[in-house]
Amino acid sequence: MIDDKTLDELREIAARYPEARSGLLPMLHLVQSVQGRITPEGIEACAAVLDISAAEVSGVATFYTMYKRHGVGDFHVGVCTNTLCAVMGGDEIFSRLKEHLEIGNDEVAVQRQGDSKTVSLEHIECNAACDYAPVMMVNWEFMDNQTPDSAVQLVESLRAGHEVSSTRGPRLCSWREVERVLAGFPDGRADEGPTAGPASVAGLEIARERGWTAPPGASAGARDDVADVPDDKQEAVEEADTSRAESETVQEASDD
Amino acid sequence: MTTTPERTATGAVEKTDLVTVTIDGVQVSVPKDTLVIRAAEQVGVQVPRFCDHPLLAPVGACRQCLVDVPDAGNGRGFPKPQASCTLPVAEGMVVNTQVTSPVADKAQQGVMELLLINHPLDCPVCDKGGECPLQNQAMSNGRGESRFSDDRNRGVKRTFPKPINLSPTVLLDRERCIVCQRCTRFAEEIAGDPFIALVERGAQQQIGIAEDAPFLSYFSGNVIQICPVGALTSERYRFRSRPFDLVSSPGITEHDASGAAIRVDHRRGAVMRRQAGDDPAVNEEWITDKDRFAFTYAQGDDRLAYPQVRDQDDPAGRLRPASWPEAFAVAARGLAAARAAGGVGVLTGGRLSVEDAYAYAKFARVALGTNDIDFRARPHSAEETAFLGSRVALTGPASGAVTYGDLETASTVVLVGLEVEDEAGTIFLRLRKSVLAGGTEVVALAPFTTRGMEKLSARLVATAPGAEPAALAGLSGELDATSVILVGERLAAVPGALTAAASLADATGARLAWVPRRAGDRGAVEAGCLPTLLPGGRPVADPGARVDTATAWGVDHLPETEGRDADAIVAALVAGELGGLVVAGVDPADTTDPAATRAAVEAAGFVVAFDLRRTAVTDRADVVFPVAPTSDKAGTFVNWEGRVRSWEAALHNPSSLPELRALSGIADELAALGQGSRLGFRTVAEARAEMAQLGPWDGERLPLVEVRAPASLETEGESEVSRLVAGAPRTSTTDTRLLSSWKLLLDNGVMQDGDKYLKATARIPVAVVSPADFDAFGPTVTLTGDRGSITLAAEIADDLAPGVVWVPANSVGGGILADLASPGSPVTISGAEGVHG
Amino acid sequence: MTESTHGALTPVLTDTWDAEQGWKLDTYAAKGGYDALDTAFAMRPDDVITAVKDSGLRGRGGAGFPTGMKWSFIPQDNPKPKYLVVNADESEPGTCKDIPLMMGNPHVLVEGVIISSYAIRANKAFIYIRGEVVHVIRRVQAAVAEAYAAGHLGKDIHGSGYDLDVVVHAGAGAYICGEETALLEGLEGRRGQPRLRPPFPAVAGLYASPTVINNVESIASVPAIIRNGADWFASMGTEKSKGHGIFSLSGHVERPGQYEAPLGITLAELLDLAGGIRQGHQLKFWTPGGSSTPLLTADHLDVPLDFEGVGGVGSMLGTRALQIFDETVCVVRAVLRWTEFYKHESCGKCTPCREGTWWLVQALTRLENGQGSEADLDQLLDQCDNILGRSFCALGDGATSPISSSIQHFRDEYLAHLSHGGCPFDPARSTAWAGQEVTAS
Repeated sequence: MIDDKTLDELREIAARYPEARSGLLPMLHLVQSVQGRITPEGIEACAAVLDISAAEVSGVATFYTMYKRHGVGDFHVGVCTNTLCAVMGGDEIFSRLKEHLEIGNDEVAVQRQGDSKTVSLEHIECNAACDYAPVMMVNWEFMDNQTPDSAVQLVESLRAGHEVSSTRGPRLCSWREVERVLAGFPDGRADEGPTAGPASVAGLEIARERGWTAPPGASAGARDDVADVPDDKQEAVEEADTSRAESETVQEASDD
Repeated sequence: MTTTPERTATGAVEKTDLVTVTIDGVQVSVPKDTLVIRAAEQVGVQVPRFCDHPLLAPVGACRQCLVDVPDAGNGRGFPKPQASCTLPVAEGMVVNTQVTSPVADKAQQGVMELLLINHPLDCPVCDKGGECPLQNQAMSNGRGESRFSDDRNRGVKRTFPKPINLSPTVLLDRERCIVCQRCTRFAEEIAGDPFIALVERGAQQQIGIAEDAPFLSYFSGNVIQICPVGALTSERYRFRSRPFDLVSSPGITEHDASGAAIRVDHRRGAVMRRQAGDDPAVNEEWITDKDRFAFTYAQGDDRLAYPQVRDQDDPAGRLRPASWPEAFAVAARGLAAARAAGGVGVLTGGRLSVEDAYAYAKFARVALGTNDIDFRARPHSAEETAFLGSRVALTGPASGAVTYGDLETASTVVLVGLEVEDEAGTIFLRLRKSVLAGGTEVVALAPFTTRGMEKLSARLVATAPGAEPAALAGLSGELDATSVILVGERLAAVPGALTAAASLADATGARLAWVPRRAGDRGAVEAGCLPTLLPGGRPVADPGARVDTATAWGVDHLPETEGRDADAIVAALVAGELGGLVVAGVDPADTTDPAATRAAVEAAGFVVAFDLRRTAVTDRADVVFPVAPTSDKAGTFVNWEGRVRSWEAALHNPSSLPELRALSGIADELAALGQGSRLGFRTVAEARAEMAQLGPWDGERLPLVEVRAPASLETEGESEVSRLVAGAPRTSTTDTRLLSSWKLLLDNGVMQDGDKYLKATARIPVAVVSPADFDAFGPTVTLTGDRGSITLAAEIADDLAPGVVWVPANSVGGGILADLASPGSPVTISGAEGVHG
Repeated sequence: MTESTHGALTPVLTDTWDAEQGWKLDTYAAKGGYDALDTAFAMRPDDVITAVKDSGLRGRGGAGFPTGMKWSFIPQDNPKPKYLVVNADESEPGTCKDIPLMMGNPHVLVEGVIISSYAIRANKAFIYIRGEVVHVIRRVQAAVAEAYAAGHLGKDIHGSGYDLDVVVHAGAGAYICGEETALLEGLEGRRGQPRLRPPFPAVAGLYASPTVINNVESIASVPAIIRNGADWFASMGTEKSKGHGIFSLSGHVERPGQYEAPLGITLAELLDLAGGIRQGHQLKFWTPGGSSTPLLTADHLDVPLDFEGVGGVGSMLGTRALQIFDETVCVVRAVLRWTEFYKHESCGKCTPCREGTWWLVQALTRLENGQGSEADLDQLLDQCDNILGRSFCALGDGATSPISSSIQHFRDEYLAHLSHGGCPFDPARSTAWAGQEVTAS
């Protein structure tokens, strides 16, 4: 049920923005945290709060892959099978988990007798942790440098209800709890986990070992000697009118 | 394929606003901001396109219209082909289309190939086959054979289970869809009904609706027409015909006073579908679903096919088929007797073509010798009669009357007695266009903010029925010569309202236009179907006008006194003061007092009825003449602007004659009996020629009869309101509400009969109540008036004018005039028994 | 590389990543964090823009558009509110720098947001973070909350009279939202489909108001530029590609990870630092800046990794996402998988990308399975030609990059699939655990 409390929170999300509709993505995250998936009722509620049509909300809810029309497990397990992780073993991990959990992509494993939690499985696209390949995500927390065996152990721990921590983050909480954080309601776990994982500091460690730093800073604000940079806005705009559109379009393929 | 016809500019384009570009080596000057795809049309180059539509915002989605631009006007070219549907011209720009550029041609061929890889090869069974932009342009700009699904590659096409209903009228075959977004853009940009949307993503992207929320829009059918493939089809037409088997005839809608151009597509004498006509000055390319789908009313079993007369030899006096000459003779004898017994009244309804209306107007005067003629089959008043004569008749675009185009430039448009989405959908669309373009504010004097008003971002001046004169007066400080006031026909029922509207216009310089509901209303005014007006706006009371008319008609004199209006005709029939009635397509349920009208028909000594279909009136009539629907005859409607909208017959049905032919036959017989004169025309063409000869009146016009709003009504309303606001305990008087009502676009109107799909898209009838009334009486309420009770689900309007309840006029039972009370009169509200304690 | 007054690596943004609690305000403040705010507030906003222009900072999200110039496009005579939007939708395959940056040092981003917003005269900023990284979102949410509590955000910041509110916004799974106008659509609560340009966001972006959209690393680079001066930043890097940037090494290297170095460093140098290609193997191909940048090979080890250098060899610097593949990897398999990614992520708006990726996947699948003939390779290239530059945005272009470049460099390997009747590679040899066969397989 979308109760009054949830409706209030939906309105609260919308109120964060100069225009209420901007709240729709986090609002749909909140719907998932409350209902476990995107429900027609949740769509209606968002539409009502934002005064837009249910079709418009549906259009948004079906565009983004994190919105689930069918429920997921308490722990939603993602295996990166984009090229790099796949090559590094993600494909093997994913097929092992499918076999082990006896499910296909985007399905929830049967809750066996004795399992206290459920898991679901999905192959995911690049999650921006390539230096930790092969990577898995559990409820969108990083589980770095996995192997087929570690993956099986992981899902078994999850099903058993053991406390599991992200390799670079906090103790795992449920998918619904995470969706609430994504809706913009912090859960107080920001201070758990390390500053960075080992690969993140690979370069920094070398720099520390070798005493490398960035050059020392000059005094702030000094800018009397203007470098030879085009400064004429009009010129720059003109430059931009055709070629900029082109070059930006080319390059923003990789703009992330 | 939708292209932009060259439209005559209303004013000469300033030289400085022109931009000269070179397209395929041909220089052309076009207004700045013109898109390259349209500039190319000016040099005769058709760049293929799908998502592009001249009335929708550019989107650049399909990429079919790629062209090569070696010089963007600044000496530099674009390195890659550009979508010509999103690229505005620039001075000196050089564009090479597929005609001259191998790059553009390959780009277009490439996009076409990609469009086709997932498109089914079901053209032979597709409704669109033969009129399909995809099919046509695949031929002109595509390769003959697929590289995707050939024997070697055996590509796997995307498939969907098919089809799905977007609404009861509109179906979607997803695999045919090329997601050009024309439909969703129409729904959002034009209709304001974004109940269809892109859903899913990537290759699975499709058009969809939300669960249990179908695409219920008054304008939904337009998406079928603008779909450039066969993805959107109508329940009514699907699999019924092939485009190349259809004959298309231009027509004008008979459903409202918009004058919207339609195209009637027929096969073997039967209308198969109707499409929007393209008329930039009127409906652009859009029509309402009623204009599009409501044509089966003329195809039912109850259609009258031959004249009937009451059998004198039958003891039961039943109607029997008769030949046309016999019916003429019987009618003439009866009318002659009725004329002797006090006279004959003529009620012409609001659906006549101008030519037929003219025939009735002349028939009344020369054959029946009376001015007792009125087209108004609805509540009306003497104030309105005078208003029509002084402010409406003889106005039109040529004489500076308000036009659709003026709505786009008006700073403020005031709507009073008019719910445009329900009662004038084409005006609604034009107003919405104007509002979205910025600059026009819509102010609505209405009981509450309707959905249509929301979509116009209209400012509501919450107005209880009867309070319109005061509300109009209150706007005097806001309007000026850039303002337009649109008054609906419903204002006739509010004493003083039309006077107030005219005064407001006079005082502020705002322009005033009257918007009736029915297609024939405006023309009937011009044709003289009023007790005070002869054809061409000639006042009956003006001797010069009478002489003018009599001379043109070749008669000695015309009846000199102004006649009875429709209510007076009814009263006179009931009182036995009139001996007979000629009635044309009038449904008593629509009239001021349905019971009185029925009684009048009963009481009339002799009734000649004209109708398309069998009704209670034709059953009672002594002579019945079938009439031709608009598809079966030539005719003219004058729309609300005063614009003349003529059409020719689409179908040729020998037994389906215009009314003027029958009236002419009766007049001949009457003349033979020594009564009156012949009409002098037997065909539409002859009637048109005579009307042209007669021309408009150029003398003094009828004066406006000033009517002041009765003060008691307002104070009564206010005291009622103040009691409600004060939260006084419910007493016998606190459940009294003023009834507000109008007809929804789609309701129980007989001209919507026969299309169950269309009917299923009608809005669910509800009683609109205030939040307090909902709490006190909801969720189902019973309203009781002097003519009966109706029970409806209640819906809250937060801004409902105090003391008011609103119900749709003709969506339940026999309509509120028959079953409840007159709009503006008091009704009592109560919780429906058994539903609410 | 330029005059070497510094090391091969130049930790600036990564400098706090080895701190105990690098994400906390205290840690950041102890290293001088938020000091640059006062420096900036003492400057006129236009001077801040000039400083960033003078630094030569170019967009770190891949496009490489000069950041200061982007800011200067904001029409200050436009009465509408101005907005800063941080593009933290890091999703380009191979790219993994912004995520650890926000996790380990979110305050440098927040400080950068404040200075950048001040420069463009925005009073509201948004950080649009992809949704699939919840702990990163937590850290940024917490940093913003800390910054408010410390008076770095909100009304009258540091007594400057300048107000700024920041909203942390979670996306919901769409690669396309990395494209700036699609991101704006997402931020407006719509389907993330790119918008027509013009109007450009600088003129009509978020809510049709002037908007700057910058990548996380671009914005995070601003505080140090203000603190240390434009010249300091410009002293790093190469002539047209100045400053430091995070290079992300992944795949078959001994020590994958983040290496913050001046632009212009080469892959050879980076590999040297990272311990080389994994033991016993050789470099086969790599992406310089994510999967949308054409593949390079061992022939390109010494190409300076700056915008001009990589552009000069037919690829793009992109996001410096160096995905390293050794000789065990089948390039057709790799390219097919990327193509499937583009198909999955195609927004559906335009025909070439939506339908083209559908076809490309089928065509590549046949080739990977050893079906077809050499003529199919040419047909595949022709399909790419019909997509590249024909699509609405660059996603379609990106989808063709791996295909065209791999056929260019590895045509024989495609043919080997055909002659072999399937893929000649053993995927097990490529895994992270290959060669350490402790598990039975």
